[in-house]
Amino acid sequence: MDVMVELKRVTKRFSGTTAVNEVDLTIRAGEFITLLGPSGCGKTTLLRMISGFETPSEGTVLLEGKDVTYEPPYRRDVNQVFQSYALFPHMTVQENIAFGLKMKKVGRAEMDERVRSAIAMVSLAGMEARKPTQLSGGQRQRVALARAIVCRPKVLLLDEPLSALDAKLRHSMQVELKQLQKKLGITFVFVTHDQEEALTMSDRIAVINKGKIEQLGDADAIYHRPKTTFVANFIGQANILHASVVAREARQARVELEGGLTLTTSEELPEGAERVLVSIRPEKVWIEKERGEGDNWFEATIEDELFQGPTDQLRLKTDGGLTLSALVANESSRRTPVHAGDRVWCHLHHDDIVFVHED
Amino acid sequence: MTPGTGQLPEIQGAQRRPGLRGWLLFAPLMLWLFAFVIAPTAIMFVYSFCQRDELGQVVFEFSLSNYTRVFDKTYLKIFTNSIQYAAITTVICLLVGYPVAYFIGRASEQIRNKLLMLVMIPFWTSFLIRTYAWMSILKAEGPLNGMLLYMQLIAAPLDILYTPAAVVIGLVYSYLPFMILPIYGSVEKLDNALIEAAFDLGAGPVSAFSHVIVPLTRPGIFAGVLLVFIPAIGMFAITDLMGGGRVPMIGNVIQNQFGQARDWPFGAALGMTMLLLFAACFALSMRKSDAA
Ligand SMILES: Nc1ncnc2c1ncn2[C@@H]1O[C@H](COP(=O)(O)OP(=O)(O)OP(=O)(O)O)[C@@H](O)[C@H]1O
Ligand SMILES: [Mg+2]
Repeated sequence: MDVMVELKRVTKRFSGTTAVNEVDLTIRAGEFITLLGPSGCGKTTLLRMISGFETPSEGTVLLEGKDVTYEPPYRRDVNQVFQSYALFPHMTVQENIAFGLKMKKVGRAEMDERVRSAIAMVSLAGMEARKPTQLSGGQRQRVALARAIVCRPKVLLLDEPLSALDAKLRHSMQVELKQLQKKLGITFVFVTHDQEEALTMSDRIAVINKGKIEQLGDADAIYHRPKTTFVANFIGQANILHASVVAREARQARVELEGGLTLTTSEELPEGAERVLVSIRPEKVWIEKERGEGDNWFEATIEDELFQGPTDQLRLKTDGGLTLSALVANESSRRTPVHAGDRVWCHLHHDDIVFVHED
Repeated sequence: MTPGTGQLPEIQGAQRRPGLRGWLLFAPLMLWLFAFVIAPTAIMFVYSFCQRDELGQVVFEFSLSNYTRVFDKTYLKIFTNSIQYAAITTVICLLVGYPVAYFIGRASEQIRNKLLMLVMIPFWTSFLIRTYAWMSILKAEGPLNGMLLYMQLIAAPLDILYTPAAVVIGLVYSYLPFMILPIYGSVEKLDNALIEAAFDLGAGPVSAFSHVIVPLTRPGIFAGVLLVFIPAIGMFAITDLMGGGRVPMIGNVIQNQFGQARDWPFGAALGMTMLLLFAACFALSMRKSDAA
């Protein structure tokens, strides 16, 4: 595994605010890593320290093992796709894309060839002579992408490149971007605040909150094994419940939730913890008419039902008074449906009860 | 990537014809233009083909003699002189004004307005007072020479006043704000992301300046050059005061024709020639910027 970018205890303070706070991050060569977090959490600032537009207040930035903390952007083999695209309005599509090569003094023949293939790659053939104002949002986005990849950077930084596009175009661009990244083998650092986008595109996701990386892992780990309440809530929905540990065994623990509900979990318990927080995804709550095999079954009443198209969101209340939300697939006529007021049996798999830390 | 996304119509500024309301809004400008530009120019145009009698009255008698006089060697020399001075002034104003305008345009919003104020402050006092102030600065016993002597940079006072250098200093001083303000307007509109994009794509400061910043601020540069060059050619007060009459410019000649010489038709012919010159320059530069 080659390391492409390394951030070592990087901190960036602006007058009054700490935008990035002691971040350690290692980005592997060729991976698609996403920085995900709410607005103002420091994603752009982190990205700009890799591109060189911001200098860290503390810490170092390494590019392929070389310290580039104080190198200006034009001396880094890194290119950025700007959120607003930042296409040069006085240049044609062709000139925009050729700009980086011109600056690097690439020969005429090679430049033409590389520009041509970049244009083909983003399906902009025939629009070479247009000015950016004569393009649609999606086309501008492609020009911005072509302008960056034509330079064959070691790392491509993308700051919410799809946020200005409508939902449908955004979806197809997500697929195209991912394919392009695989084809080119360039390391992508992608910034978004859209959790779905992050889950579908990334090899790894760094969830950022208040200038710190809360969790780093692949989509599966981030979604199924959130480490903090923030991650659990920011990505998808979660029931976050207080619990106390009643028994510890080798690979299992029993916890008691509010209202006397006792559940068995196979998650590793935090050392010496008595009071813990557990996260349960609503779609992991099984709803049945009858009690089934095994443990972790409990009875509840459906208090409320919310139709959401493919799923129904249910609000459940256990006999002990605990409230839980659950998502069930909307299978309509094939199964006996459940409705508000019904008494049902709920089941939780051991793996689906996850211990989380409070932020 | 998905092909066939090219059917987009060309997006350009709305090119509606103005309605009646539009024309009404436009009317004051039209009236102003007519009363203060078109009508006087037309009168001068007619005068330029007339004669004058011994008392300096305009005699309406068609003749081209004023124009043949314009192309007399003495006047041609003064014309080229004036163009030279105006050109030097424009170049210096551009070299000094661009960095200033750029700095103000990129400064944070709170500072920007204060800096702009500094550029405007000279307009608070009369132009003549400021010119006299410069004369006293530049004169042999003035503070400039005093300072240079004190610092032992010169052995004897420099004779700057009443030389071409004094005229250029005066012209640069008077017209600098007219260079700074339009360039500032262009710089302020410049999206910072574009400059960053240039750096990102490997352009150093010099390349970013010449390939991105200058082309994008060209409208401001163009306006600034016109606003300095054209009035500088016709300037007469500064050349009179700071040149001490030793540096004749076309503005002085024209002023003289309408004043002491009492030859309005000849003055008008000189004026019309200058107007033609400007129009030609303007048309040429417009054609050039269209082609670019
Ligand atoms: N140049 C700056 N000067 C002062 N504060 C700044 C500057 N840039 C960013 N900040 C602050 O740093 C914090 C992080 O900003 P940043 O732009 O990195 O957030 P972000 O995660 O990219 O948010 P968004 O999703 O809204 O783009 C914010 O509180 C912001 O106000
Ligand atoms: Mg941002």
